[in-house]
Amino acid sequence: MTTNTELMTKPAAHTWWWYALLLLATIGILSVYHQVLDVYEVSILIFTGISMGFVGNNWPGFRGHAIAVAILSLIALQLYGTNLEAAETNGLLKYMLASQSAIMWMSVFFIAATFTYFGGLIFRSDYTEKVGSAFTWIATTFGMTGLMVRWRETHMMGADIGYIPVSNLYEVFILFAVVTALLYLFYERRYQVRSLGGFVLLVISAAVIFQLWYAFERNAHEIQPLVPALQSYWMKIHVPANFIGYGTFAMAAMIGIAYLLVSWRSEKNPDSGFVKAMPSLTLMDDLMYKSIALGFAFFTVATILGALWAAEAWGGYWSWDPKETWALIVWLNYAAWLHMRMTKGWNGNPMAWWAIVGLFVTLFAFLGVNMFLSGLHSYGSL
Amino acid sequence: MSEVTTKDHSHNSYSRRLFLFLGSMELAITLLLTLAIASVIGTVLQQNQPYADYVIKFGPFWFEVFEQLGLYDVYSALWFLAILALLVISTSVCVIRHFPAMAKEMWQLRTNVQKKSLKAMHHSAQWQSNSSMATVANELQQQFKKLGFRSRQTVKQDDAVLISAMRGGMNRLGYLFTHIAIVVICIGGLFDSNMPLKLAEWRGEIKIETRDLSIREIPAESRLAVGGQGFRGSVSIPEGKASEVVFLPIRDGYLLQALPFRIEVKDFRIEHYPNGQPKSFESDLVIHDDQLAEPFESTIAVNHPLIYRGHSIYQSSFSDGGSSLSIDAWPLDSRAGTEPVSIQTKVFENRQMLWGEETMQLEMTSFRPFNINPDPTEEDDRNLRDFGPNFTFKLRTETGEAREYENYMFPVERDGREYFLSGVRNSPAESFAYLYLPVDEDGTLQQFLNYSALLRDEELVSDIANSMMTEALAMLPERDEALEASLQQTLETLITMFVRGGFDEVRDFIDNNLPDAERDNLAPAYLGMLREMLARIYFSMDGINPQTVTNDQLLFLQDSVDTIGTLSRYGSPVFLQLTDFEHVQSTGLQIAKAPGKNVVYFGCALLIIGVFLLFYLPQRRLWAWVEQGAEHTEVILAGSTNRNAREFDTFFNEQKTDLATKTGNSNLEPGS
Repeated sequence: MTTNTELMTKPAAHTWWWYALLLLATIGILSVYHQVLDVYEVSILIFTGISMGFVGNNWPGFRGHAIAVAILSLIALQLYGTNLEAAETNGLLKYMLASQSAIMWMSVFFIAATFTYFGGLIFRSDYTEKVGSAFTWIATTFGMTGLMVRWRETHMMGADIGYIPVSNLYEVFILFAVVTALLYLFYERRYQVRSLGGFVLLVISAAVIFQLWYAFERNAHEIQPLVPALQSYWMKIHVPANFIGYGTFAMAAMIGIAYLLVSWRSEKNPDSGFVKAMPSLTLMDDLMYKSIALGFAFFTVATILGALWAAEAWGGYWSWDPKETWALIVWLNYAAWLHMRMTKGWNGNPMAWWAIVGLFVTLFAFLGVNMFLSGLHSYGSL
Repeated sequence: MSEVTTKDHSHNSYSRRLFLFLGSMELAITLLLTLAIASVIGTVLQQNQPYADYVIKFGPFWFEVFEQLGLYDVYSALWFLAILALLVISTSVCVIRHFPAMAKEMWQLRTNVQKKSLKAMHHSAQWQSNSSMATVANELQQQFKKLGFRSRQTVKQDDAVLISAMRGGMNRLGYLFTHIAIVVICIGGLFDSNMPLKLAEWRGEIKIETRDLSIREIPAESRLAVGGQGFRGSVSIPEGKASEVVFLPIRDGYLLQALPFRIEVKDFRIEHYPNGQPKSFESDLVIHDDQLAEPFESTIAVNHPLIYRGHSIYQSSFSDGGSSLSIDAWPLDSRAGTEPVSIQTKVFENRQMLWGEETMQLEMTSFRPFNINPDPTEEDDRNLRDFGPNFTFKLRTETGEAREYENYMFPVERDGREYFLSGVRNSPAESFAYLYLPVDEDGTLQQFLNYSALLRDEELVSDIANSMMTEALAMLPERDEALEASLQQTLETLITMFVRGGFDEVRDFIDNNLPDAERDNLAPAYLGMLREMLARIYFSMDGINPQTVTNDQLLFLQDSVDTIGTLSRYGSPVFLQLTDFEHVQSTGLQIAKAPGKNVVYFGCALLIIGVFLLFYLPQRRLWAWVEQGAEHTEVILAGSTNRNAREFDTFFNEQKTDLATKTGNSNLEPGS
């Protein structure tokens, strides 16, 4: 069972417990929260369970990650009880599991992982690169736990305040870091290459540093209630789908940078240690295509979900609002990229450059629109 | 637009070349990128703003140029639509061109391959078997089936058997779905766009209204009857009122669209979070429709629209719906008399007020029942406070100049004393400057007004000036009448000047009228005299005695003096105090009819399915050539894929080992 190119794979016999666990978790959540969940939210929950089943089917790391996040989050919930003040009084919460602390640990481990991966690359040490992977897993687990605990914290802020913490710029930065890291870890295992870790972690670290600045300088981490337009179950699917897109596009651009470096070095000196330590050009080219294809698929879904939501909240599925328009621009850009690659057979340096340019277009759609343009979608401002 | 190349036809007619050009990859990619770049314009330049704003921004020349280019509504500009149309045509041509080949690829197992070409394929392997040809062929076909491959056996020359197998033909469906989806979405979007309106405008059937008219005055040529066309407009309906029209904003004007039913608004509610942030906006609507036996009620909220007869009714905004306000106008200067006057008015109402000789137009512009803002007396701006109701209004003079005011209903506390707050500004670009009117012990402005009235009471001022002058000159050995008259005159003038222009005017007087040499000595003396006069006038009031004066009273005097000193800049002859109100809100509804919506959604579904089929269902083919060799049965296995070559490498290597083991003899090594 190593050839899973298809979207869905049959459950492997040895992972039956994984499906049983997810089923149990879904039933558990439903039995506790069935009164407050509407039919859409229940569907999203079940859908999440099923997707996690598929993702974890052949990916032990993901299973471990999900279980660790669940255990840590449950411990945090238990320690919190109904008292938000426990974040200051309980040591475990204060130093590790309260959302702010968990997110701090995430930041530390992501930045550490970046250095470790590059260290491994420079000193050609497999062991160091493995440590980099471990750090990335730890960071991802802390980040996801932070989001989960924050979800609970929003509900503890007051009646009717609670919301899924992917609702403002601060929260989606954490989501971005976590999702990008998970996507990278998936491909790292699939292709058995760790030498790209530092490059991908670079963009994650940039997001982490921005997120830290945003929290310390602008108090962005404070939980604010949602404006009425954002109170919708659509949030739970639109935003994560979008960030799978953003994450893969960012990853593709970072691989693009690695590609260009290797291509430049190997022209000068094909036997250089760096070229040998890095994956082959064809592999990186393939990986770049894979991530852009995945991102494009999810970005398409996200944009369509956004249109469906807009039809419900703003009165029209398409308003040429700056955010919508920039989503279209990003989509058109990668559509052109994929056409070039799939039908014109372009590859190599130009496509790598284009993937890097794509990141800037994506970055503008993600951040620039909120910073420089006004519109309906101005939920996160700097 | 795919790797399937069509044969080059020899007849290179003009239409054929055009067809090929329209379906070409180069054009498609150019269009995708052109569309992306053109879309940027509308996000950088704010769309559909009042045209006057654009004139100010760009100047008359560039305004004209940009208008001709349609940049103010770029997404309905002809050239933009032309790009879109070209993309739709290009995509359609592409689908038409490739459909036959695609359909064939999707279903057909390639049976006309030769042994030679199988051997030459990138993925190819051979082995031998001791079993009979038929057994091997059947076993292979079984194995292919297990792998999810559809297959067929064909007998080739020399009785060789070819098994052609395929899996993932639906991948080609992915191509068709994604490309047809783009066409479907664009066509659906066209139904819901304002293209029909544009056409009607070109034909001269409708005219966009740019004037601010009441509904009755809007001419027939700017009205749209109930029909099948899509639209998206908005209307503001006060509580208790109803509407059967909706305004469609177009460029710098609007059209009036009739609805097939009437929407009555019973109530509009805003709920708030503890920090004052709005939590929900809701409207209780009643729909009146002749088709209904009786009207029905429905509550809408943000994210929860009402859908009725193909019309979606959304909660989009709110405003004041003409709240009734009871106001007392307290006179601030002699123009407005001495007693407060009560006024009944409504938000958005204009009325002429006669204050003294001056007629002013009072325009009520807004009312808010509460204002939760950061508390200015706290350092942490997260400490919020309700400042109570407030209202804004404009006072327009006969020459048309207007100042805008913002008054709060309840006094605001500062340093333990209370004040009525009134903001004033000369233009919306400025921020409000606030006047603090001191509140007396009874919580009214009466004492302040009494005091300021006394300052204008010439007789009283004269008396007090006289007594002060007498006291001041008492130490002189003999009377100097000229000096007495002069001092008396000076004291009176100081008060008059102060009332007219505050301390500023007094300082101007000192600067301009005193000789340079003496100014430094005399200026403090003049200001001292003014303060003394102001205090004496205060002490002349009932209940205030210089011997028993309290600190509070002195502070009140200080505040009153400060306030009177700035009144000249306030500019209004009265202070309007809100005494009572009846809050009427108006709900802003957005009403849309999108007949193309389901078409677009269908296209979206196609697109999603198509994209996933395209990327994640690779089309894989396997061939097995089985023939009788000299001693053994010879097998050639070959394969190809159209996506994910790396995964196919692994797959093929695994399968060739597996199949060779299953069909070959164990002592025969599979070779490749």
